[in-house]
Amino acid sequence: MSQKRTLEVELSTTGLGPDGRPRRVPLVVGGDAGGLALASPPADGPDLEGEHMLINIGPQHPATHGVLRLVLELDGETVVRCIPHIGYLHCGFEKIGEYRQYNQIIPWTDREDYLNSIGNNIAFALGAERLFGIEITERCKVLRVIGAELSRIASHLVWLGTTCIDIGAFTPFLWSFQERENIYNLLEAWVGARMTTSATRVGGMAADIPDKWVEGLVGFIRTFPKTIDECDRVLTKNGIWVGRTAGLGVMTPDEAINWSLSGPMLRASGVAYDVRRDFPYLDYETYDFDVPVGTAGDVYDRYLVRMEEMRQSVRILDQAVKRLPDGPVNVDDPRVILPPKSKATSEMESMIHHFKNVMEGPRPPVGECYVAVESPKGEKGYYMVSDGTSKPSRWRIRPPSFLNLAAIPRMVEGHLLSDVIAINASIDIVMGEIDR
Amino acid sequence: MRAPFTIVFPGADASVAPATPRNVPVSGGPASPTAEATRAQFQGAVVRVTVSRGETALVVDRARLHDIIQWLHDDPAQSYEYLSDLTAVEHRDTARPIEVVWHLRSLRFRRFLRVKVEIPNGAPLEVASVWDIYKGVDWLERECYDMFGIHFSGHPDLRRILLWEQYKEGFPLRKDFPLRGRFSRSEQLKNALAANPEARYSMEELSIANAYSELPAEMRQRLAKGEKTGE
Repeated sequence: MSQKRTLEVELSTTGLGPDGRPRRVPLVVGGDAGGLALASPPADGPDLEGEHMLINIGPQHPATHGVLRLVLELDGETVVRCIPHIGYLHCGFEKIGEYRQYNQIIPWTDREDYLNSIGNNIAFALGAERLFGIEITERCKVLRVIGAELSRIASHLVWLGTTCIDIGAFTPFLWSFQERENIYNLLEAWVGARMTTSATRVGGMAADIPDKWVEGLVGFIRTFPKTIDECDRVLTKNGIWVGRTAGLGVMTPDEAINWSLSGPMLRASGVAYDVRRDFPYLDYETYDFDVPVGTAGDVYDRYLVRMEEMRQSVRILDQAVKRLPDGPVNVDDPRVILPPKSKATSEMESMIHHFKNVMEGPRPPVGECYVAVESPKGEKGYYMVSDGTSKPSRWRIRPPSFLNLAAIPRMVEGHLLSDVIAINASIDIVMGEIDR
Repeated sequence: MRAPFTIVFPGADASVAPATPRNVPVSGGPASPTAEATRAQFQGAVVRVTVSRGETALVVDRARLHDIIQWLHDDPAQSYEYLSDLTAVEHRDTARPIEVVWHLRSLRFRRFLRVKVEIPNGAPLEVASVWDIYKGVDWLERECYDMFGIHFSGHPDLRRILLWEQYKEGFPLRKDFPLRGRFSRSEQLKNALAANPEARYSMEELSIANAYSELPAEMRQRLAKGEKTGE
């Protein structure tokens, strides 16, 4: 059951208006029928009630965004029940983490939510630093904000492109992947890798940004909003787009909180919860940005929220570039940071630090901590328990896609089979993170 | 026509503005006001209150866990309406009890709380499910059962989630489970080859539709004998 509302959309069948664009017509969406409002079915129509059908989607299906398998019970074309199956990509990250030193875990964090690698690196490093009791440098904080926001935009662009493909629009896919390529070029120039960045270390970053890198970023900040505006112009008032997304998969605010949704899924349902603002880290409270919120909780609102989040990320990037201070990137703490190579080969103390850091690994004090960040998918948390050795005795990933996907049986109930694809796309799942 | 949702703003009743935590002490420090309130309400059921890295953890009595979480969720002065995470911890020192950990957030007061239950060695691995309070805990409890073998009594559908239902090697995140798995590669291969390739649907799924009657007769007989299926 979704709320009824009227949206103004462009329909090409109505001819062109004075501005050369298709005329705008009001379209009623939502209501008890879900999706586009339909006239009530004729009372004397034929009895079409038949047997329910079992249908299997995935695990190898392009529209499931990875190896997700959905078993659906259909009444005609309407979904009566949905049973998701996950785990096809399970590789035991959490188990492996118990056998790795803290810095050795960072490459594993690349590979869970692989569209947001640098964001995961940052989240893990923040958690480990809290565990060690380290305060990172100001320059490192700003660089991490830049990395996190770039990867947020990259992840939302993949979401936008693939969702367009799922729903039937091809052009925005090319535009968004072109921009994503620009982001990956920037990341490649910074850390040497495009997707599996492993950009952070406990206490700092793997590398400082190279010379002239900021100019490339400023160029991106200048050109990127144009692409977003273009996608916006093509999609937001597009009759087909609105018809395929509005009124689908509605979650009310209470439901969304109770189902532990997070990120754009939660905000589209009208809950303005953003970890960056409510439980800040990396000094996010000093940046000026808005948290977009939806009012209907449907697929269309999730689209609007993600589009606005990309614009807000550009705002944050702009402020970060302006305040980027000089100074060291890594903390001055030989417990966790490797000495420069020249010193390691010439000074006795540095060589010992280097040897101990590499062979034994840094040892945090006994204790535990849970550090959450706002990933593009939602609240991404790392819970680490240290027993005083150089390897965590428990490393837990709180995967936002996992909890968002858990609500899919609730969201697709009563919708059409073709809408299952749109609703699934709106969750923005990454199976690497769900199965871990 | 229904009105749009009323926007929920977190931190509506928070006393301090949110800020990045700085110089967090490794242990000790002020405990969350919730700890004192929970102690006053439940007295002996709160076994211990610890503060690690500025985060308060309540270790509570296993029998009262459901009541305590229900109260934390419902009480307007606590209002922990959001469940962030549920997991379990087994320490390397296996003499220490296994811990089940709930991470709760109060959006209204911008608070974070860790609730723990300790399951002593040898005791049955069973705690109450909080599925009736937080619907989002459904898959988290299934994962915890899958990885640690902890039973959540009251969960409507507690079955394996990341591993397949016929997985025989045990519970991977337990410390006595070797990193490479319990079975040798040849045994794993043998099991994979012997697996029933038709068993892609569980009995529950087959009972959905009228697909049961369309199965081969031989498979129907096996199902009638109670053979477990499903991935």
